[in-house]
Amino acid sequence: MPDGVQDGTRLTETFRAEGITKVYETGGLRVEALRGVDLTLYEGELVVLLGPSGSGKSTLLNILGGLDLPTAGQLFFKDLELTACSAHDLTMYRRDHVGFVFQFYNLIPSLTARENVALVTEIAEDPMSASEALEMVGLEHRLDHFPSQLSGGEQQRVAIARAIAKRPDVLLCDEPTGALDSKTGIVVLEALDRANRELGTTTALITHNAGIKDMSERVIRFADGQIISVDENPVKKAPQELTW
Amino acid sequence: MVMHIDSLNRKLFRDLWRIKGQALAISMVMACGIALMISSFGTVTVLEESMNAFYDRTRFADVFATLKRAPDSLKEDIERIPGVSIVETRVIAAVNLDLPNMAEPATGQLISLPERGTPLLNDVIILNGRYPSSQRPSEIVVTDAFASAHGMTVGDSFKAIINGNKRSLEIVGLGMTPEYIYALGPGSLMPDDRRFGVMWMGRKALAAAFDLDGAFNSVTMALQLGASEEEVIRRLDVLLEPYGGVGSYAREDQLSNFFLVNEITQLRTSGAVFPPVFLLVAAFLLNVVVSRIVATEREQIGLFKAFGYNDLEVGWIYLKLVLILVFVGLGMGIALGMWMGGGMITMYTTYYKFPLLDLGIDPGVFTSAAVISLIAGMVGGLGAVRQAAKLSPAVAMAPPVPTSYKAGPLSRFFAQFTISQPTRMIFRHVTRFPVRASLTIIGVAFSVALMIMSLFFLDSVERVIEVYFFQAERQTLTVSFVEPRPATVEQEIQHLPGVIQTQPTRGVAVRLRNGHLSDRKSIIGIVPGADLNRLLDSEQKIIEPPPGGLALSKHIAKDLNLKLGDLVTVEVLQERRPVEQIPIVRLVEEYLGFQAYMHIDAVNRLMREGPTVTGIHVMVDSRYADDLYATLKDTPGVAGIAQQTATLASFRETMDNTMNVMIGFYVALASLIAFGVAYNAARIALSERSRALASLRVLGFTREEVTYILLGELGILTLISLPVGCLLGYSMALAMSPMLATDLYNFPFVIESSTYGWSVVVVCVSAVLCGVITRRRVFGLDLVSALKTRE
Repeated sequence: MPDGVQDGTRLTETFRAEGITKVYETGGLRVEALRGVDLTLYEGELVVLLGPSGSGKSTLLNILGGLDLPTAGQLFFKDLELTACSAHDLTMYRRDHVGFVFQFYNLIPSLTARENVALVTEIAEDPMSASEALEMVGLEHRLDHFPSQLSGGEQQRVAIARAIAKRPDVLLCDEPTGALDSKTGIVVLEALDRANRELGTTTALITHNAGIKDMSERVIRFADGQIISVDENPVKKAPQELTW
Repeated sequence: MVMHIDSLNRKLFRDLWRIKGQALAISMVMACGIALMISSFGTVTVLEESMNAFYDRTRFADVFATLKRAPDSLKEDIERIPGVSIVETRVIAAVNLDLPNMAEPATGQLISLPERGTPLLNDVIILNGRYPSSQRPSEIVVTDAFASAHGMTVGDSFKAIINGNKRSLEIVGLGMTPEYIYALGPGSLMPDDRRFGVMWMGRKALAAAFDLDGAFNSVTMALQLGASEEEVIRRLDVLLEPYGGVGSYAREDQLSNFFLVNEITQLRTSGAVFPPVFLLVAAFLLNVVVSRIVATEREQIGLFKAFGYNDLEVGWIYLKLVLILVFVGLGMGIALGMWMGGGMITMYTTYYKFPLLDLGIDPGVFTSAAVISLIAGMVGGLGAVRQAAKLSPAVAMAPPVPTSYKAGPLSRFFAQFTISQPTRMIFRHVTRFPVRASLTIIGVAFSVALMIMSLFFLDSVERVIEVYFFQAERQTLTVSFVEPRPATVEQEIQHLPGVIQTQPTRGVAVRLRNGHLSDRKSIIGIVPGADLNRLLDSEQKIIEPPPGGLALSKHIAKDLNLKLGDLVTVEVLQERRPVEQIPIVRLVEEYLGFQAYMHIDAVNRLMREGPTVTGIHVMVDSRYADDLYATLKDTPGVAGIAQQTATLASFRETMDNTMNVMIGFYVALASLIAFGVAYNAARIALSERSRALASLRVLGFTREEVTYILLGELGILTLISLPVGCLLGYSMALAMSPMLATDLYNFPFVIESSTYGWSVVVVCVSAVLCGVITRRRVFGLDLVSALKTRE
């Protein structure tokens, strides 16, 4: 999809990565995590990143999310060149534009579901209310529960609510269902899908689980720090229809 | 098996290296406790052993008495008192000295030496030179301390006014005596080797100079083992009474010995009070740190157990960690303690003039230090070690449940207010671990309290100085006479150069008795409307001398179990020796030198005398001071001149040299505790919450915002601990102040606001410092890895 045209409409770019290389050097050991990756993500699309461990997909996601900077190459978020940003600029970029969902939820145990979401809405520019966000993930009845009082799936949905509450431009999810059973995983994926549809958030989702690729618009496969294929998914399935 | 142990030890050392900052803080707090213990008890041992050795070597007397004049033949009667083994009679005299390098006068205490041989009791150890020759009356031995204070040595000479005649004395020897280890001159509060010297002269020469040929005015004696001191003293007093005896006293009341023993007692108290507190703080820190290590290593522990290590083996891994910290603390404590002990002994040699032994390695003290630090280690570490040993492998390997929080009453209370989530996190964390939070508060509060208690000494001493030197005793100097003089002598003094104002005083040696309790004191006669030397109440208001009774120092009243309105038996120990019952009409709060006071006319009536004085307080125009000194030095009948400014200066100097060193040390310890506790709290919080904090950074929180969450908690705990610490310090000082009182000093309970201020500032600086160090760690959080790992 290098031309960025779909259904005859020219799509707006969210990310444009050119020649992204990431090399880790630790104690004389040189690991090339990314080797010249070119990639464009478009507004509102949901992509799935697939690949074995160490293939570079998490590294790319971290770089897209402003957690890390590439060793070489250029990365643009809309007109903002992330590769030229300072640490503080990257923090502000994360605060204003990015929502993260992690494999282990990373909720703050001392805050209730509502307060975990409020954590983000308090510092965002145009957020929805915490209860609104929790309602989107179907947790309107668990607002005042602490993480220790919630199941794994519920905790992950709180994490999604927290990620979408600021109405982010991009939603980056690293193995969001990795710690969940399939039934709970589907509930979580529904929440992500709904956010993507209703808010038009560009969503990138890393998974080991090939079954999930069917809910995406594009599937990007990684191996050895490079993209080996980008496939369009003509028939996007709803999460409920997925099986694994 | 060998392989396993090796790799486990490697793990142990790597764990240790990872927590090196905290480990060092724990070991150092522990080391402080051990060091205090070793230095205090080590110094106590040295002082005690040196004192006993010196007393034995010099045959220090058991009973002492002074009198006016008794014939030598009385000695045989004294020897017949049951229980007496050795009696030595002497001639002693206080003289004014005329030293070439001093305008102001100095006082010398002359003591006779036997014509042949060495003294039977209170031997003089000659450090340099020899004993005086009986052929040469001008030869003397002086204390080494006095000679070196004046840059004099064997062969030098100086002048003294002996019984009205100025005579040249030649130093032939330098010596040391058990009677003046702590050499307090008349009217002094601190030893001053420039203004007071002890000197020995041949008996014949000294007796001739004071018209005491064939007579004596001082008795010292040694008692047989098991003899009753009280009975001997009673009988001696009876024997000496016709000869002007002013009451004999036992070794424990001998001034120099009294100070030395008192110092040893105080040192022993502080050695027993402070170390346990440090060790408790160390135990607490140890508990927190080892518990945290066990918590973070749950999975490893599960793994060890899955591999087949048993509970004991797993427990041993963590016990070794505790033991290493204890032994490092013990080692550092011993080294520090020996160093401090050496310093303390050097300090003592400045004030206590006797040969001090070296600080030796005392196996008893070392063993108790080791046992006590091990106990502290076990108290702190064993709980955490047991936790590790008991952990079931299945539980250890399972992912941990998030720390459970509940909305407590406090949290519902805060829900009424709009507070940011980060602030909410701080409060929730504090209230979630109330025990740990309280212990941190107590730890920091204790360091505030320790600071307050140390600085309280300074406040107290400043108050003593202010009241004693600037409000009560405002004279420039006090001239005291050898014999009581008619009150008209005041006019003569008024005409001397530089004299601005005078005030007479009349002192009488008495024994105050209430039933079986008695105490040798002086009654001081005061004139009404006195402006120089004034009697003050506890609010520093002037008390006029009571016309019909005694104003008694509260300290004496307490010792003699007397209260206001009681009658006290006053046995005068001089001249006509009247005995009277006198009512106590006033109690006086005094800080220094406790006495009884009366109207001067009442004292004269008691003594059945006309207007008589024993001394004149004088205020001097400083421009003419040297002229006045020169005149007074040559005035016959003047026994001594006590200068307030000199007394104050030596008082201050002593305080600077001794107290300030100790206080500086305690302030350093307090800062160390504050730092140790705060640093551990911050590091534990960071370790527990690094993942949460990294998550927040990923969510777009800045480094500063994240630092706020981490250090906000430390800040709150520190803030709470400040008032708690002030209160604790107040209570500790309040409890401490009566414990420090001796028969000469009273430490008034005064804490200036600056003391609170400084204590708070120093502790805050410690907390901020460890905040800054922790902040660097927050800034260095690895965001990416925090996301990948589970708690």
